[in-house]
Amino acid sequence: MSFLTYLINGLSLGSIYAIIALGYTMVYGIAKMLNFAHGDFIMVGCYIIFSVSAAMSGNSVVGIIVAIILCTLLGVTTEFVAYRPLRGAASPLAVLITAIGVSYLLENIALLIYGADIKSFSSVISWEGLSFADGQLKIQGVTIITILVSVVILIALQLFINKTKQGQAMLAASEDKGAATLMGINVNRTIALTFAIGSALAAIAGALLCSAYPSLSPYTGAMPGIKAFVAAVLGGIGSIPGAMIGGLVLGIVEILSKTYISSQLSDAIVFGILVVVLLVKPTGILGKVIQEKV
Amino acid sequence: MADSILTVKDLSVYYGVIQALKGISFHVDKGEIVALIGANGAGKTTTLHTLSGLINADKGEIDYKGFDLTKIPGHKIVSFGMAQVPEGRRVFAEMTVLQNLKMGAFTRKDKAEMEGTLQTIYKRFPRLEERKNQLAGTLSGGEQQMLAMGRALMSHPDLILMDEPSMGLSPIFVNEIFSIIEDVNKDGVTVLLVEQNAKKALSIANRAYVLETGSIIKEGDAKELLNDEDIKKAYLGE
Repeated sequence: MSFLTYLINGLSLGSIYAIIALGYTMVYGIAKMLNFAHGDFIMVGCYIIFSVSAAMSGNSVVGIIVAIILCTLLGVTTEFVAYRPLRGAASPLAVLITAIGVSYLLENIALLIYGADIKSFSSVISWEGLSFADGQLKIQGVTIITILVSVVILIALQLFINKTKQGQAMLAASEDKGAATLMGINVNRTIALTFAIGSALAAIAGALLCSAYPSLSPYTGAMPGIKAFVAAVLGGIGSIPGAMIGGLVLGIVEILSKTYISSQLSDAIVFGILVVVLLVKPTGILGKVIQEKV
Repeated sequence: MADSILTVKDLSVYYGVIQALKGISFHVDKGEIVALIGANGAGKTTTLHTLSGLINADKGEIDYKGFDLTKIPGHKIVSFGMAQVPEGRRVFAEMTVLQNLKMGAFTRKDKAEMEGTLQTIYKRFPRLEERKNQLAGTLSGGEQQMLAMGRALMSHPDLILMDEPSMGLSPIFVNEIFSIIEDVNKDGVTVLLVEQNAKKALSIANRAYVLETGSIIKEGDAKELLNDEDIKKAYLGE
């Protein structure tokens, strides 16, 4: 029974990684850049929920909505101010370094406003959860909601990309920006839309993450951000189902190795898996092998 | 000038310090097939990319139906009725044939007429209909060329720019592609054709321009150019 509990917890943590990884992978797919500040968008989302909930005497629904809106704006603004001017720069490293800069900027702004001490975040989910087999198997509400939310997000994204014009434009622009422009697609706007979606997802991931692990500091987003990046690479960067699978694998491995092997070693195991997978299949689990057709 | 649809005047484009187009001027009349021939690196693709707004002009005018295209961003140009079949096809490999075709009609809002255009394209390229649910990346080179042409036609253009449509195709496909270009033209679409296969291009074109290192060095009736001694030597391998 306890194994099942750990597995479900792993699935839940993995769902959070997956939601973050979706943002990473979508932005990479279209803008061909790694937004290393993505993890910090999560932290910003958490602080917004924290502040708004406090102001609204504990009403977290409004907090979540405000966080989603503001994170979306933050993502679009960051793209416009910091990344867009560097698109087409001589070296792709320029935008990567800028992203790291944005990451530090956000962390330090949070440090300035909220200080370094850890705030205790009250869960946005009040539901106790379910208990099975006479209480031997208990699943927390936040665990169930997290898994459900990630499934809903995955389905919604797939529908958006395959069934809507904007989604198709996103797919086309991620393959070939020049050809997409010839079709009449505004590539800059499509990239901005991708950042908007990714950042909104970061806010949602933040709400779930801080509800499951209720301590909030300016560095809350950094580690989950890096792990989600690993998840995206593991699943095959650029692939949406890949991000989902990568996230889930990572979450389950992390929880199980924490439980059965060593909690100190769990991160080493997680990153070790990345190394092994990349050695065996450099494109990741669902990564595409790029074929040149003449 | 009878009924010019496109007039380019003194067009210059620089890549850094290198001048790729050195003030070229040419025009395309309504209903014509105009060929732009020249060797590798002469500036043919640069010309088409500048017309489509993928590259910015540094100097000069591009007058299309009375609009100055140098002032219009690339993604808006297709809605003015100018489409391009780019060099190397550049189909969206991870999307299906039908999704590719729909991308061609991205800016169109007339849903019912779009369906009509799609049917016309299927009639012209039956193979595309057979493979409409197949990923474009799995098509053969010739089929991808047809898809790229169909995709451009989906925007219902008045002028279609074709960049090396015969590149890398087997001789049978080359003949098929050129006869399709003629058919498309007969249906009222003006064609600006860029080709390295000068013989083929000149045989279907009305007029032609010869581009050499960024300048137009010769222009005239396509049939006359076919018999021009210099052209024969330099571009027709005779």
